[in-house]
Amino acid sequence: MATSVNSSDTVAAPKIGTIGDYDSIVGHSEVDEIHALAAKLSGKTVKMVNSTAVGGGVAEILNRLVPLLQEVGLKCEWNVVTGGNDFFEVTKAFHNALHGMAFELPKHAFEIFLATTEQNLQHMQFDSDFVVIHDPQPVGLIKRRKTDSQRWIWRCHIDVSHPNPEVWNFLMHFVPRYDAVLISSPSFSRPLPVPQYIFYPCIDPLSQKNQKLDPEYVRKTLEGFSIDPKRPIVTQISRFDRLKDPVGVIEAYKLVRKYKDCQLVLAGGGAADDPEGGQVLQEAREAAGNDPDIHILELPPWSALEINALQTASTVIVQKSLREGFGLTVTEALWKRKPVVASAVGGIPLQIVHKFTGLLTHSIEGTAYQVRFLLSNPTIAAKLADNGHEHVLENFLITRNLKRSLLLLLTLGRQNGA
Amino acid sequence: MKVANSPFQFCAASSLTRMTGLQANSLGELLENLRSCSDDSIFNHTFQSLEEHHFLTEGFSNDFAQWVLAACNEPRLAERLAAKDIRQYASISMLRTDFVRTVEEQLAQTPESARRTALQPFYFCETVTVAVPTSWKASTLQEFCEALRHVSIHTVHYHFVTARLREPLTVNDFSDWFERGLGLKELGERIDGIDIYTNTLEGVRERILEEASAWLPA
Repeated sequence: MATSVNSSDTVAAPKIGTIGDYDSIVGHSEVDEIHALAAKLSGKTVKMVNSTAVGGGVAEILNRLVPLLQEVGLKCEWNVVTGGNDFFEVTKAFHNALHGMAFELPKHAFEIFLATTEQNLQHMQFDSDFVVIHDPQPVGLIKRRKTDSQRWIWRCHIDVSHPNPEVWNFLMHFVPRYDAVLISSPSFSRPLPVPQYIFYPCIDPLSQKNQKLDPEYVRKTLEGFSIDPKRPIVTQISRFDRLKDPVGVIEAYKLVRKYKDCQLVLAGGGAADDPEGGQVLQEAREAAGNDPDIHILELPPWSALEINALQTASTVIVQKSLREGFGLTVTEALWKRKPVVASAVGGIPLQIVHKFTGLLTHSIEGTAYQVRFLLSNPTIAAKLADNGHEHVLENFLITRNLKRSLLLLLTLGRQNGA
Repeated sequence: MKVANSPFQFCAASSLTRMTGLQANSLGELLENLRSCSDDSIFNHTFQSLEEHHFLTEGFSNDFAQWVLAACNEPRLAERLAAKDIRQYASISMLRTDFVRTVEEQLAQTPESARRTALQPFYFCETVTVAVPTSWKASTLQEFCEALRHVSIHTVHYHFVTARLREPLTVNDFSDWFERGLGLKELGERIDGIDIYTNTLEGVRERILEEASAWLPA
């Protein structure tokens, strides 16, 4: 089923799998339950609003979720707010400020934000039973709330646990007017006068990054990167970003190599268009020196299949982040039944239940020790990996996100007596 | 074959997690919040958590025990909290009282551990459950077995685990129906004895089918 994204320009979203395509992955009973929940919402109207139709995790999720909601009987449409460069400079600064990172607020930032919100309100209609606003860019659209019987939901995809107070206080003009706020992790929550629900990010098992690959494709990918398929492979997939600590991963690998033969793969993007990414990549290359078993791969954004192949071929996957949002690379690794050693930061402990679905660490030495442990104990590693796969199947797939969405609409609708 | 007067209606139960705003950064704060949090929160971190980790059979019991071990490094207390069998409690209130008593006993012995900061906070959440009837109903044991093979493990959890908190208390829905609907009290008792802590929910389903199959006519 195809859907369309409405804004000043209508964009056709790519054709995707139907709910029936997930049947063999999550089970017929799960799909039946989704239909049973959806039947209670049949004919209800839902409007999703975000700031971009393509690129980024939110658009990726909506490209899957909106057609699935339509397929199970809801009238769901997707709108995108428009704005000039000045608006998106402001919202980029907001994004960094809400993450607690360094930011520079453009002059008249709040006025630009409000003016752009007004412009969008001029050409957007809000007659739906439910309106779901994604992230801060469209948060001000709540001004158009028509009646108390409508339900407005703010889905905040970013970590707002330590926001800049000036920007957060500005958003607080709008957020308390919503009926519910959705966050990705309990640790991202803020004191709010609005109920907050946990909506984990999710992966799509049918996407290029997560689908099962032909072993021959995996073998050829390794060959293309000069990686030996017969020796253990330890991998971290992430942007070349200091918060992902690639140099720390190399130090951990060097400690492992004193005891166990293995190769290290550090693969990701973010260096081409990010000056700091380039620096971090250079630092990683210097730390690697001339070790032929360290493979540092700078991949373009369209490398989903290659990343899938590298994850699939790995013996152990590492995510040694210093800070992390949710850590979807961990989800991807667990889905592929890989044993994972990861830092206990951000949303990672939600996925890695220590010693059950993987191993959590707090240091370079700890990471090295746990990688050695897993390389030396393949039976335990396989058990952790199997549990990790089940954990993702249960909690972090797009079908679970769809089910949560239906549950939320039912719950909020009932509060309304609908 | 006996036909029940009232068919067994299999329900699909799904849940959302809602934040309560409470969090604990030490065992002392855990105790304080255990006393004051909502029943839905105790439910979330015990009954609901067991469902979310239904694929684990070795050691995982509830969120409190897991946090005390992983974030507070208190293995003795973790072990005692993990040993609570949620099937033994007729109400959340009784379960809460037992958790509180266990933590109090530990802190009385090692008062210094009450203030030690945990590696990560514990966030108290609540479960919001929505149950809807599935298309599966059974009037005979044979129909029951057929339906049980097809429903999801969430349905198994709803009828076999959380049913104990609904009237009639402390009995699972399957055993109750076997006794009242089909007059198979012994089958109900045998099924009630299946251990949810050493079986996955899939394993529980298989064990129920094994037991029930033995009562089907040859």
